[in-house]
Amino acid sequence: MKVFKAGAAVAAAVVLSLTATACGGSKDSSAGSDAGPSGGAKDKIVIGIKFDQPGLGLKTPEGKYTGFDVDVATYVAKELGYQPDQIEFKQAVSAERENLISNGDVKLVVATYTINDKRKAKVDFAGPYFLAHQDLLVRADDTSITKAEDLNKKKLCSVTGSTSAQNIKTKLAPEADLQQLPGYSECLTGLENKSIDALTTDNSILAGYAAQEKNKGKFKLTGLKLSDEPYGIGLKKGDKDLQTKVNAALKKMVEDGSWQKAVDANLGPAGYKAEPAPQITEGS
Amino acid sequence: MFDFLTSGQYDLLGAFWVTVQLTLYSAAGALVWGLALAGMRVSPVPLMRGFGTAYVNIVRNIPLTVLIIGCSLGLNQTLGIALGGSTFKEIGFRLAVLGLAAYTGTFVCEAIRSGINTVPVGQAEAARALGLSFFQVLTLIVLPQAFRAVIAPLANVLIALTKNTTVAAAIGVAEAALLMKEMIENEADALYAVFGVIALGFVLLTLPTGLLLGWVAKRVAVKR
Repeated sequence: MKVFKAGAAVAAAVVLSLTATACGGSKDSSAGSDAGPSGGAKDKIVIGIKFDQPGLGLKTPEGKYTGFDVDVATYVAKELGYQPDQIEFKQAVSAERENLISNGDVKLVVATYTINDKRKAKVDFAGPYFLAHQDLLVRADDTSITKAEDLNKKKLCSVTGSTSAQNIKTKLAPEADLQQLPGYSECLTGLENKSIDALTTDNSILAGYAAQEKNKGKFKLTGLKLSDEPYGIGLKKGDKDLQTKVNAALKKMVEDGSWQKAVDANLGPAGYKAEPAPQITEGS
Repeated sequence: MFDFLTSGQYDLLGAFWVTVQLTLYSAAGALVWGLALAGMRVSPVPLMRGFGTAYVNIVRNIPLTVLIIGCSLGLNQTLGIALGGSTFKEIGFRLAVLGLAAYTGTFVCEAIRSGINTVPVGQAEAARALGLSFFQVLTLIVLPQAFRAVIAPLANVLIALTKNTTVAAAIGVAEAALLMKEMIENEADALYAVFGVIALGFVLLTLPTGLLLGWVAKRVAVKR
């Protein structure tokens, strides 16, 4: 899958560089006039999400988009004056997110995007709209892991180069036998075959996998809070106006209960207890 | 912009050392395996010729990524083959060497076979007339001449192999491409600098290889 992603990223980069001059202008002009929905039915908003994370951002084989990030994106877009049929979802793989935003290819990125300082140097964030923690997914009958130190004797799996993998290596359990694979699905295969003891990444992502129909009852989350990952909505650096509007939309989403509903619907089936909605700290 | 180089957070040299090790082990494996394949492809035994032809044509047309991930998912995770390694680090490295050697061997084989075709038929006929066996003809008369003709193509294969080692990142071998993924994950503000540093590293590895082996090729070429 990672191969496909890398290929897609290269292809995207080539296409972007070819079309940058062609579309850049028109996109900028629509960005400038988005103060009101303007009634023009042709207006679209392009939002970057993940296509491969069940429960958060997933493109189904039928071409539909599901997940918590998708629900948040849809709600925020509605508050900005775009109906669901005016939203165009675009794949935002982790390494490409900053470029997609700064090139103007997407207006917003809602893709398990942890707010941090290095990223803030290139883009601005709204939110956070969700607080995730690094956690472990183990087989449902496994009770041998109760704290981070237990991991030193375990076989772990995570995605190549991810923050979670780096956390394990440098801080949490340097002795652990860490396998880095291109995607979480490959790790799940190993977890099921017992060649791997635990899969580690953000608990929200893990919950999405555990809640999948084909995986129900096989895996469970350990509930360890190994790190804090506040997810924000990425937007163009310096666009204070948009940032304020998105923050207001997120606030409203929490207040009218849609936020809780979205969490329960997308992440609930794994028995995952989400943190309450975090305070909005970016902007303002 | 380049402060990620001096922060001490990334072991750039260590990662490239793994790349070099992967290249050397795989190159050794590919050379041995490629020679064996080339021997099979020119042998008088139809079964061996058939195997050599089939292997080369199938394996060189399978994408390397598919081969390497197949080694990890198929051989290790499903069949439990660990090649004597006990940690994922060892297992991944050995599987990557296996996959790279199996793949690159096909190109080495074809390069050597083209070299064999440059040796005049009379050489082999004369050797056979002296009473040498097929194996002796190949190793004493034909291959030494063939080898000297194919240094330059083999250098190309070696350079391609060096760059192909990045595919090992797909099964978690901690070489340069994997380090690049880590750096991109952390250094969102220095994306192009990260790309540039890794790309430069590979140029520094492969450029001298090409120059050196190009020089050797000129020195040892059989003048005909």
